Amino acid sequence: MTGRSTVVRRVMVRPEAGAILGALLLWTIFAYLGGGNGFLTVAGTAGILEVAAQIGIVGTTVALLMIAGQYDLSVGSTVGATGMVLALGLSEFHLQVWAAVMLALTLGLGVGLVNGLLVIKTGLPSFIVTLASFYVLRGGTIAVTRAMTGLTVVGGLDEYTKNDPFAMLFMARFGDFRVAIVWWLLLAAASAYVLHRTRMGNWIFATGGNASAARMVGVPTNRVLVVLFMLTAFSAALLAVLQVLAFNGADALRGQQKEFEAITAAVIGGTLLTGGYGTAIGPIFGALTLAIVQLGIFFAGIDTDWYKVMVGSLLLLAVGFNESIRRLAMRVRR
Amino acid sequence: MRTAKRGALLLVMSIMVAACSQSASVQPSATQGAPGASSGATTDRSKIHIVFVTASQPNDPFWNVVKRGAMDGGKDLGVKVEYVGSETFDLTKMVQNMEAAIASKPSGLVVPIYDLSVLGPVIQKAIDAGIPVVEIGSEDMPKGTLVTVGSDDYEAGKIAGQRILDAGAKNIICINAEPGNTGLEERCRGMTDGAAPAKVTQKAITSVDPAAYQQQLTAALRADPTVDAVITSGPVEATLTMQALSDGGLTDKVKLGTFDLSPEVLKAIDAGTILFALDQQQYLFGYLPVVYITNYVQYLVSPVGHVLTGPGVVTQADAKRIIELSAAGTR
Repeated sequence: MTGRSTVVRRVMVRPEAGAILGALLLWTIFAYLGGGNGFLTVAGTAGILEVAAQIGIVGTTVALLMIAGQYDLSVGSTVGATGMVLALGLSEFHLQVWAAVMLALTLGLGVGLVNGLLVIKTGLPSFIVTLASFYVLRGGTIAVTRAMTGLTVVGGLDEYTKNDPFAMLFMARFGDFRVAIVWWLLLAAASAYVLHRTRMGNWIFATGGNASAARMVGVPTNRVLVVLFMLTAFSAALLAVLQVLAFNGADALRGQQKEFEAITAAVIGGTLLTGGYGTAIGPIFGALTLAIVQLGIFFAGIDTDWYKVMVGSLLLLAVGFNESIRRLAMRVRR
Repeated sequence: MRTAKRGALLLVMSIMVAACSQSASVQPSATQGAPGASSGATTDRSKIHIVFVTASQPNDPFWNVVKRGAMDGGKDLGVKVEYVGSETFDLTKMVQNMEAAIASKPSGLVVPIYDLSVLGPVIQKAIDAGIPVVEIGSEDMPKGTLVTVGSDDYEAGKIAGQRILDAGAKNIICINAEPGNTGLEERCRGMTDGAAPAKVTQKAITSVDPAAYQQQLTAALRADPTVDAVITSGPVEATLTMQALSDGGLTDKVKLGTFDLSPEVLKAIDAGTILFALDQQQYLFGYLPVVYITNYVQYLVSPVGHVLTGPGVVTQADAKRIIELSAAGTR
């Protein structure tokens, strides 16, 4: 084998290679179909990044948890619950913006702590534990909000957030770009650093690869998992804060299906469902892929009814592609 | 003799059902007051039990007002009212909820008919069981239902189309946030006729993720820059659209109208950002059926046919007054 093909091969077997290629390919297709309609403009790009940020903020941390071998199905409900806490804190209790935001983020961490402790203490699959919190949080949010306000949508928050410097951290805009994009990239960069450059990162891979072996060599797998559950729930709370402040209101149903979008972004980004394998860069492109499709079909003028068909097909393609890459990677390493 | 037998049978059935019933909120004894149970005396109102079954999502401000009307009606008349909604817009789930409601033998059943082909058979089942059924929200009136309370979606769409045409629109997007809801499709169809010769395109954009909704709408507006008006199918979408237009600097270029009201929509109409809202006055969807069923159960009297509650049009001229009146969640 020549040196060059080895280099190509080494690049190709990176877990995120499929996602990057796929995102580029889809972008090219939609640039061709919708380029004349504004897909290629700055505003069009800002739109894609904005939608990708909404998926990616949760996708990044969910990918870390999946590499450690666990799921969090409650992130979407956590978005709804923490967002509503923020909105009610402002409109009903007239808290300062910073205090209400801290309350929402703390609630997020608390949800993650409970999820994590339940998983390690009961030994039940995280799929089941977080499915339970998925229901409890959503139902609780609806019930509490209606009991307090008689409605389940809390709007008109601008009178509390207007000109608040702390709120600007979450609702600032730079031209067509919203600050959510910055939060997403910061979170992704931090995840990449932790996963690929620190001992914690090694622990995450070890926990997902073979938890009992990891425990035997001294990896605190329980602590790793609790921290990761707190991280996914925290990212959901962060997304909720960004949505509530930027869109000026909360809705008890916010975040619905975010749990699936996050897992989809992670899987398209090369994360294996079985744990122990993945990167922090891949989910960025997984989120971008979903966003490109979601907005691309509008720019291209394709009937919007087809969006989910495309997402499902992409998911299947990505998983197939990742699986073949992983087999290849095993051979290269050998 | 026959009557006495029947009364006895009903009594036995009531006791049996009461014994089987595990839900404290259900009062099967109300069946004693159902038409046909000719006990002679009028039914005690406290024994009347009316169930609303809808597929409305718990966050929907429109249906929250219906619920409010139903509950107020129950309180004012001293009858028991139960409102069953749904987590998602799922008609299969709604059919199951209706089956459960029928099994609880209520004094009356109130349902919106989103799609008659799906809900028709189970409505027939309720009618066959002798339960008075009031239909709300649309113009369908299946045979055997007591009365229909509602607005006319097609007419409302037509009025919206004419209004936006009068405002100078030539290329209009009609947003349908619940693809599959025939009522919303009727509105878009009415709009297409009312706005002619202007062009109307229906777009399906759901609003669970506010960022995605706004970006998809913005993408659609960029893809066709000649679009000069948007009509949304409901208040949640109207509020998000308003923000997307202002973010994109399109507020002056793209006119906005909506179906149905919310506190935010009323404020925007008052400020002139939203031109108009078609109002079904849906508080009455909740309130009137409670009155009708109570009267029917007590005295066998009921209005006939289609009782119209709308469409009314709310514009800047009357927004302020309605805001004052609507503080209690009645709009």
